[in-house]
Amino acid sequence: MPQTPAADAQASTEASFPAAVRDAAVAALIALGLSAPMMGLVPVQSPQGLVLEQRWAPVAIAVAVVFAGRLLLNLTLWRPGRVKRVGYVPPKLEAKLAGLARFLGPLAIAGAVAMPLLPFTERYAIDLGILVLTYVMLGWGLNIVVGLAGLLDLGYVAFYAVGAYSYALLAQYFGLSFWICLPLAGILAAFWGVILGFPVLRLRGDYLAIVTLAFGEIIRIVLLNWYWVTGGPNGISGIPRPSFFGIDFDRGPDGFAATFGLDYSPLHRILFLYYLILALALLTNFVTIRLRRLPIGRAWEALREDEIACRSLGINTVTTKLTAFAIGASFAGFAGSFFATRQGFISPESFVFMESAMILAIVVLGGMGSQFGVAIAAVVMIGGFELFREFSDYRMITFGLVMVLVMIWRPRGLVSSRSPSVFLKEKKAISGSLVQEGHG
Amino acid sequence: MEYFLQQLINGVTLGSIYGLIAIGYTMVYGIVGMINFAHGDVFMVGAFMALIVYLALVAIGITFVPLALLVVLIVAMALTALYGWTVERIAYRPLRGSFRLAPLISAIGMSIFLQNYVQLAQGARVKPLPPVVPGGHQFGAAEGFVVNISNVQILIVVTTVALMAIFTVIVAKTSLGRAQRACEQDRKMASLLGVDVDRTISLTFVMGAALASVAGLMYLLYYGVVDFYIGFVAGVKAFTAAVLGGIGSLPGAMLGGLLIGLIETFWSAYFSVEYKDVAAFSILAIVLIFLPSGLLGRPEVEKV
Repeated sequence: MPQTPAADAQASTEASFPAAVRDAAVAALIALGLSAPMMGLVPVQSPQGLVLEQRWAPVAIAVAVVFAGRLLLNLTLWRPGRVKRVGYVPPKLEAKLAGLARFLGPLAIAGAVAMPLLPFTERYAIDLGILVLTYVMLGWGLNIVVGLAGLLDLGYVAFYAVGAYSYALLAQYFGLSFWICLPLAGILAAFWGVILGFPVLRLRGDYLAIVTLAFGEIIRIVLLNWYWVTGGPNGISGIPRPSFFGIDFDRGPDGFAATFGLDYSPLHRILFLYYLILALALLTNFVTIRLRRLPIGRAWEALREDEIACRSLGINTVTTKLTAFAIGASFAGFAGSFFATRQGFISPESFVFMESAMILAIVVLGGMGSQFGVAIAAVVMIGGFELFREFSDYRMITFGLVMVLVMIWRPRGLVSSRSPSVFLKEKKAISGSLVQEGHG
Repeated sequence: MEYFLQQLINGVTLGSIYGLIAIGYTMVYGIVGMINFAHGDVFMVGAFMALIVYLALVAIGITFVPLALLVVLIVAMALTALYGWTVERIAYRPLRGSFRLAPLISAIGMSIFLQNYVQLAQGARVKPLPPVVPGGHQFGAAEGFVVNISNVQILIVVTTVALMAIFTVIVAKTSLGRAQRACEQDRKMASLLGVDVDRTISLTFVMGAALASVAGLMYLLYYGVVDFYIGFVAGVKAFTAAVLGGIGSLPGAMLGGLLIGLIETFWSAYFSVEYKDVAAFSILAIVLIFLPSGLLGRPEVEKV
C-alpha cells in the first residue's frame, strides 16, 4: 500500500498515474523474482537424473496478473487521498446482518428439513447435505472452544477421531450398536478433551494453538502405529451401518421398509442419515445457545474477553476452560461416530491436520461466536469445494489464499457482531471490531 | 558405545538443521510476538530453491562442488529471503495491531497456500538428488569400534556454527541488531525514537527466511530428497526447539535445536522410529507446562 503523506493526498488522480504504474512495475518485478525459479524451472526425472525443464508461460501469466491487479488497485482502492475506512463495517450494516440472522435462522432450518423431500432433489444433493451438515456440526462444536471461550484449538480433529474410533472399535470388539455408542463416543471424546485440556490450562493464545496441534498429531500417529488395535494405516472397515432404533435398513422381512409397509429403497438409509446429522447439528446449536445463558457460558465469554479480569472476579478459570474443552470435544465425538457409521470405513487419513485447519477456518471465517456465520461458512466452503471439483488441484491453494484475504479484509470473520447474552431493557448488537480483546 | 557415538553425530547434524529453522521462529516471535506458522513452509521453499539453483548451475556447466555450493547458498538465500519478505508484507503487516488470533490464522492460510503453490508448480512427487558431497571419515578403528562422519555432516555443522556466529554478531553489534532489540523491548517507544519499525520487522523476516533456506539446502544435501510436505513436521519441531531453548533467545534456539535433534535421534535409535514425532511433540507440551520460559529465555511478565 503506498503510504503517501497528507500533502500528496491533494494531488489529483491523474498526477499519480505514473506513480501507480511505477509501483505496479515494482510489484511485477518482485513477482518475477518469486515465480521465475519456482514456477519457471521444474526439476524432472530423466535418465541422466534430475534435469530442469523450463516453463515460462505460467511465470508470464503470474507477472502479468500481479502487474494488472496492482495497477488496478493503485488506481481504485489504494488511490492516494482516498479516505480509508478503519477496519470495520458500519455498525448499522452489522446490526442489520444480525437482525437478518434472526429471521434467516428458522428459515434455513426449515429449508434444511425440507430439502431432501423436494421432488427435484437428487441423491447427490442429499449426500452433499450430509457432508455439509457434518462440518456445520463440527464448526458449532469448535465454536464453543474457540468462539465462546476464546481458546484456539488446532487439534480439534483429534476428538473427531476419538469419536469415530470409539464407535468403530466398540462395534467391532463388543458388538455394541450405534445408539449405545453415540453417547459413549461423546463421553470418551469429552474425557480426552479434559485429559488434553488439563496440561494446557496455563498456556495462552499462540502457545495453546501449537500444543493442541501437537496433541492432534500425537493422536493421529498413535492411531497410525497401534496396528493390533486400530489396524494402522489400513484403518477399520466393515463398521456397522446405523439402524432405525434397532430396525435395519435392508430388504429382509424385519427391515425398515417391510416394517413400515414401504417399498424398499436404498434412499431410506441416506435420508435417515441426513436427518440424523441434521438433528445432531441442531442439538449442538441448541445446547450452545442455552449454555451461553448459563453462568458457565457467560464465564466462557468473559474468559475470552479478559482472563485476568475473570480471575480477579473470582471465576474459576480451570473448570471454565475444562468444561469448554470437554463440551466442544464431546460434540466432535458425536460427529465422529456419525462419520464412522456413515462411511463404514475409517483410517487415520481422515484425521489429518488439514481437517482441523478446515474446521477452524469455518469457525473463524464465519465469525467467531456467531452460530449463523459458522453455518454459512460451512455451507459456502464445503459446498464450494464440491462445486469446484473439476479444479480440485486449485482447491487448497484458493482455500489458503481466501483464509489470508478474509483475515485482512475482516479479521473478525464475516458475521462478527457480538450480541450480548445479558442486557438491560434493550438488546443491542455490537460490532466485533469495537471490542477490545484481552490476552486470555 | 560405537552405536551411541554414531547416533550422537547424527543427532548433532539433525539438530543443526532444526536450530537454523528455529532461529527464524524465535526472532520473529521476539519482535512481533506471533508464531510465524508459515516458517516451516518457507524452509521447504528454501530447499526447493537450493535444488533448482543447483540444477541450473549443473546445466550451465559449473560442476566444481565447493563453488557450486557457495553460489547455491547465496542465491537460494536471496530468493527465499524474497519469499519471507513477501509473506510478511502480504499476510502479516496489514494485520499488525489487529486482534490476537488474526495473524496466526492468516499464517496458517499462508502455510496452506505455500504448500499447495509448490505442489502445483513443482509437482507432488519427491525430487531425489544423488549425493553432491560424497565421502566421509572413519574414527576409532584403532580402539576397535568404527564411527562414521560423512563430509556432509561436517559441512552442515560447520556452516551452522559459522552462520550462528555471523548472526549473533549482527544482532549484538550492528545498528540493525540494535533496532531489532529495541523493537523487541518496546515497539512504540522504538518508533518514537526514530527506529523504522516496519523496516526492522521486514528485515527480521528476511533474516529468518535466509537461515531457513540454508537449513533447506542442508536438508537437501543430507537426505537427498525434497517434497512439498517437508515443511510442516520440520516446522513444528523447529518451533519446539525454539520454545525449549527459550523463545526470543538466539543461542536458546540453537541449543533447543540441538537437543531436539539429539532426542529425536536417540529415541529412534533406542525406542521406536514410528513414535519419534510423538517424542518431539511431547517434549513441546512438557516444556511449555513445566518450563514455559524455556532454558535460556526470560520469564514473561504479564502486565495488567
